[in-house]
Amino acid sequence: MNNSTRPDLANLPGAQPGPPSEAMPEATVRVKELNLFYDDVQALRNIALDIPGRQVTAFIGPSGCGKSTLLRCFNRMNDLIDGCRTEGKIFIAGKNIQKKKVDVAELRRRVGMVFQKPNPFPKSVYENVAYGLRIQGINKRRVLDETVEWALRGAALWDEVKDRLQEPAFGLSGGQQQRLVIARAIAVQPQVILLDEPCSALDPISTLKVEELIHELKQRYTIIIVTHNMQQAARVSDRTAFMYLGELIEYGDTDQVFTNPVEKRTEDYITGRYG
Amino acid sequence: MDDLNLGQHISRQFNEELEDIRNKVLQMGGIVEEQLGRAVKALVEGDTKLAKQVVTDDYRVNALEVEIDEECTRIVARRQPAASDLRLVMAVIKTITDLERIGDEAKRVARMVEEELNGAMAEDVRHELEHMGNLVREMLRMILDAFARLDVESAVRVVKADNRVDVKYVSITRQLMTYMAQDPKSIPRVLNILWAARAMERMGDRCGNIAEYIFYLVHGRDIRHTELDDAVVDLVVGKH
Repeated sequence: MNNSTRPDLANLPGAQPGPPSEAMPEATVRVKELNLFYDDVQALRNIALDIPGRQVTAFIGPSGCGKSTLLRCFNRMNDLIDGCRTEGKIFIAGKNIQKKKVDVAELRRRVGMVFQKPNPFPKSVYENVAYGLRIQGINKRRVLDETVEWALRGAALWDEVKDRLQEPAFGLSGGQQQRLVIARAIAVQPQVILLDEPCSALDPISTLKVEELIHELKQRYTIIIVTHNMQQAARVSDRTAFMYLGELIEYGDTDQVFTNPVEKRTEDYITGRYG
Repeated sequence: MDDLNLGQHISRQFNEELEDIRNKVLQMGGIVEEQLGRAVKALVEGDTKLAKQVVTDDYRVNALEVEIDEECTRIVARRQPAASDLRLVMAVIKTITDLERIGDEAKRVARMVEEELNGAMAEDVRHELEHMGNLVREMLRMILDAFARLDVESAVRVVKADNRVDVKYVSITRQLMTYMAQDPKSIPRVLNILWAARAMERMGDRCGNIAEYIFYLVHGRDIRHTELDDAVVDLVVGKH
């Protein structure tokens, strides 16, 4: 992957998307006594975990165990769901994001998210990546050009799309679209990137490209990935959390979880046994 | 987690594959046990015909090693085993290497018999060798049993038993050295006996290795190159 240096946006006139990420403190995510309810149904039970910065943490567990719900807590996406209510605290880079006065739009800039299905906007490749900057009021052509190129290179997509930047994003393949969405997320320099099943709609080669990208991205960002693919969790993550029925069952180094899990329920799940 | 619950995978085929490699290890162990038994018998009785048989039959051990190895590779490629399944496959791959080497050592003992003993072995040496051979056979039997039942405690006992084999080896060496000193002409023949004893001592060491793999398989902890006693106190004794 081409790892070109990012244009120093802060020094360019008209650009204020925050300091370079190298200077950013690594954003740890701390969850304390988190409970979440969808109306009367409790989806998360007393979750407590510390996610280290600039590492990849994977959430695994059977469908409906609450892993995506937990992931969506980190950028308050659950706010959009009627009847969803949370208790407890979540600190990202030391700030409790559960507080009412938190600027959710700003939070979502700092905590980017990529979904299962690539969701590019019905715009050109270029405008997809530039979008986040434009809504921050950055319109200088040079800044946009450099950021778009930097983000696309960062998402390992530049070489494939550099000659078709003005073409519609829907013309890209699924794997390219997913990397485009990742480029869009990193263009605004988030601290944390949430990936919800980012490869489940991709073929194995695109999957490997995204995994390679995750490995590169963790140098700068805190990455949290939800995946049903256990081998993927084993391949890409530094830490693994196993969830079951809304509870965090086991959380530890990926090497340990996949070779010698402490909990029998973890063992049964990752080895494909009847629980 | 003393029981691997091999039969509980959602994929029945995977159950069968894992059961299969485990059974084949035991089958291979059985053949090695037989080879060792015959080699010791041939040595003690100076039975060159039996020794020859041991040498020719070594291929059975080798063939099984290759077969199990291939099967393990296939499981890794197709199933990507994790946790205890992964440890089982790793332990099997390592165990069969040591079993194959024990088979080689048995063959080595048999070769010595074939080459030349001429009934020249003194009665006391014969007795000592028989004793040592029986100790090693007992270790091998115990370690295979421990493997079959994932019994860490008896695996640990095998490691302890290896000390007795080592002591025996030292005493036989000393005895043979006096023979060589007394009668230099006997040196080539006595060296043959010494090498046979050495081969048996190595077999004991390899049984000890297998004990370590069993420990890893059951507890997920690598105790190679550590003080066994610490690990045992932590995990085996402390648990009961």
